[in-house]
Amino acid sequence: MIEIKGLEKEFRIHQARPGLAGAFRDLFNREYKTVKAVDDISFQVEAGEIFALIGENGAGKSTTIKMMTGILTPSGGEMKINGFVPYKQREEYVKSIGVVFGQRSQLWWDLSPLESFRLLKSVYKVEGKEGDAWLDRLVEELEINSFVSQPVRKLSLGQRMRCEVAASLIHRPQLLFLDEPTVGLDVLVKQKIREFLRNLNETEKMTVLLTTHDVSDIEALCKRVLVMDKGKLIFDGLLADLREKWGNGTEVVFQFKAKTTVEQVRAVLGDMPCELSRENEYSIRIKIQRSQEMLPYVLSTVMSSFDVSDVKMVETNTEDIVRNIYSTKDEVVAHG
Amino acid sequence: MGKLYLELIRIRFLTMLAYRVNYYSGIIIYNINIGAYYFLWGAIYGGQKNLAGMTVEQMTAYVAIAWMSRAFYFNNIDQEIAQEVRDGKVAIEMIRPYNYLTVKAAQALGEGIFRFLVFALPGMILVSFFLPFSFPSTWGAWGNYLTSLLLAFVINTEINLLTGVLTFFLFRNEGIMFAKRVVVDLLSGLILPISFFPIWAQAIMNYLPFQAINYYPSMIFAGAVGPEKAGEVILLQIIWVVILLLPISLLWRLARRKMIVQGG
Repeated sequence: MIEIKGLEKEFRIHQARPGLAGAFRDLFNREYKTVKAVDDISFQVEAGEIFALIGENGAGKSTTIKMMTGILTPSGGEMKINGFVPYKQREEYVKSIGVVFGQRSQLWWDLSPLESFRLLKSVYKVEGKEGDAWLDRLVEELEINSFVSQPVRKLSLGQRMRCEVAASLIHRPQLLFLDEPTVGLDVLVKQKIREFLRNLNETEKMTVLLTTHDVSDIEALCKRVLVMDKGKLIFDGLLADLREKWGNGTEVVFQFKAKTTVEQVRAVLGDMPCELSRENEYSIRIKIQRSQEMLPYVLSTVMSSFDVSDVKMVETNTEDIVRNIYSTKDEVVAHG
Repeated sequence: MGKLYLELIRIRFLTMLAYRVNYYSGIIIYNINIGAYYFLWGAIYGGQKNLAGMTVEQMTAYVAIAWMSRAFYFNNIDQEIAQEVRDGKVAIEMIRPYNYLTVKAAQALGEGIFRFLVFALPGMILVSFFLPFSFPSTWGAWGNYLTSLLLAFVINTEINLLTGVLTFFLFRNEGIMFAKRVVVDLLSGLILPISFFPIWAQAIMNYLPFQAINYYPSMIFAGAVGPEKAGEVILLQIIWVVILLLPISLLWRLARRKMIVQGG
């Protein structure tokens, strides 16, 4: 469905010279610096996936999305989405995609969303009963019925955002791009939009690409995550793998019936690569780096050797992971 | 495809109607403009009967006609394009299955029809009570005028598209757009009929598209260009329509490659 190979985008940025004399020189002769906003990115996506593209500000997410939606022309590389080359066959291609820009409205400010939907219907040549039924379903599931005839400028952000999502889906696209769709929304609206998207993905097999800063979006919606940094793709895989690679691992807190020391537990576990620390006299915390292989072993060994009254598992959440990625960037780049 | 453009014209019509004050003040502004030029030309003529082959009555009629034509062909799509490029809204336009420039032209047409029907026509009827002024008498003359006016709209819109698309390269081009506006108003014959320019200037202006924007249709309306010459004038306009398409498509192709979307 989406095939991207060696995608690149370079921008030429004007370097202003300092001072008044510099400004005069700039009038006649300008210096430019070439910046690679997207640097050799490759990935593939199957139909029906929901996946997220994350990264810090300026990592190249937005540029990537803009190339994928046919807005920008890449400087290099190959790209085929829904059977089209976006920047070459733009007018045909965009009929098969829907796009929501969280920071930018696609509704007409002075008109009601309903008028905008009507115009979009003729833009995308959506006709007949099927189109009406689909729009009715969007209106119902997004619960926008009560304000859909008010001018957009009078809607709250949450109301407007739900109308934006409906507007992007009028023509029943196979692929939906959401560029930071939940910025500034309250928890309830966020939840409503997420639920709607999940439902859409299940019933319509719609592929969804999400860029976001909100980690809870990813946890609620995505299995697969792509991480970008400085224009490069530094991770492409399952959310679970991302957790494992950059998470703080899993922590298990054992509550024992008898007083137990760290040394006693260490003796049982042998030279297993894990960190042990004492919580209190009855409780010990074990930190495991790669959880999937070692967790069962640690659990069964400790449980069979001691009298355990309680086990508590603490898993790092994605928020920590993202923070980890950002803070250990240099190291990450070296790995990537 | 036609349905889409009809809908765009309709929407532009609606958005223009959404602001009532704009609508009423528009009518008044047209009358003030025409009135101001009426008195200005009266002062210039002083006692003289005839200037550059035109009587004072012909001149005032010319001014009124020129302003009515302007109501139809005038639009600000270059500034709209510049605005959309600057605040990044052009991104939304690029995800739609249509050609951005054609859509802008359709919106301009919606605006033109609106201005013509609600500003210019009522204004003209109002003006015709005060000024000695006659409408074309035959259907043929009306047909010629409207055809010529439509072509004038296309030529002016093409020039606006050109200056608008320049924003993709220059980023800030208010200066060029303002200069264009003054040049179009002056050289199209709105402020001064072309026959008032010195001969050498008229010779140069024959090789420029500007007089096709206002002078030609206005002269057809006033009857100064008879039915036998009207065909020739319209052909000249069509030639300009075709010639101007070339730099637009060239610049647009370059702009697509160079495009930078502002903000995020």
